[in-house]
Amino acid sequence: MSLIGTSQLGSESFTPPGPGDFNVPPLGSDRTFEFLGQHMYIGVTKPMIQVVLAGVLVFAFLYLASRRRSLVPGRLQFAGEEAYGFVRNSMGRDIIGSAEFLRFVPYLVTVFFFILVNNLFGTIPFIEFPTMSRSGMVYGLALLSWLVYNYVGIRKHGFVGYFKHQSVPAGITGPILVLLVPLEFMSNILVRPVTLALRLFANMFAGHLLLILFALGGEFLVLHMAVQYAPVGILAWLLFIAIGFLEILIQFLQAYVFVLLNAMYIAGAIADEH
Amino acid sequence: MLPLAITGSANMIGYGLAAIGPGVGIGLIFAAYITGVARQPEAQGRLQTIAILGFALAEALAIIGIALAFVL
Repeated sequence: MSLIGTSQLGSESFTPPGPGDFNVPPLGSDRTFEFLGQHMYIGVTKPMIQVVLAGVLVFAFLYLASRRRSLVPGRLQFAGEEAYGFVRNSMGRDIIGSAEFLRFVPYLVTVFFFILVNNLFGTIPFIEFPTMSRSGMVYGLALLSWLVYNYVGIRKHGFVGYFKHQSVPAGITGPILVLLVPLEFMSNILVRPVTLALRLFANMFAGHLLLILFALGGEFLVLHMAVQYAPVGILAWLLFIAIGFLEILIQFLQAYVFVLLNAMYIAGAIADEH
Repeated sequence: MLPLAITGSANMIGYGLAAIGPGVGIGLIFAAYITGVARQPEAQGRLQTIAILGFALAEALAIIGIALAFVL
């Protein structure tokens, strides 16, 4: 921006988008209260409504698809069966193994469709805000997944046995364990929920920020600068559309990878002894 | 001696450096995937799951880089 002479700028200069653009004020009043050092809004904000709406939509789709349960399925039942079967087979059975995967399929299906609908809210018109770009939304999911795989592992191996299972790799003895056990403990039990949450949150945050940047940058170039910059602005808007499609792909992919990694952690926790 | 003044934020330099690693990593992952499918085309379904998982894990670092470049 410092290379552009002021004679070509309009009345104001371009303010790039930042994390403040993700601060969606509530419908009611603007008052805040302090909680653990953060400013929390009193009132219902748009991401809160979106989370509840996503839950209702997922439940409605799966319930309506499974209501009639006829042997020759209609269209909605077929769609529900395909969607459910995708998660059940490719992530449940193939990763957790055909012996024990049925216990976890409801959890995996729910989390997959919940995250998918929440991510797709970033593309649907009039809602365009991926709720997982607020990091608070992702912490809850990561905590839930951490509780699930640790609880399942402790129930199968016992507390000390599970700790040994996660921290001591197979067939390694001797003094190198002093280095390896804290590393494996940190990596398997402390860092896993953090990376799980951070991957989903950062993908949604960065994607939404990129879209805002292209939209605002194009608007600034077209409307607020000299006329010869207008084609660059139009190009920015075309790239906005192209990256919108890329964002749809990334939204699917992040939901898939979240549930895939969840299934892998569960499979690792209930794996048999070495 | 002209004064060298770099304006702007160092966050973007940090992100640029941080994107080298995942770029190389994702290239390696998909190179292995393409080689595997070229040697045995029947394995495409099984290898695709692993390739997508590896891509997401390697991409996570680049995405964390750009997200923190804006936040910090």
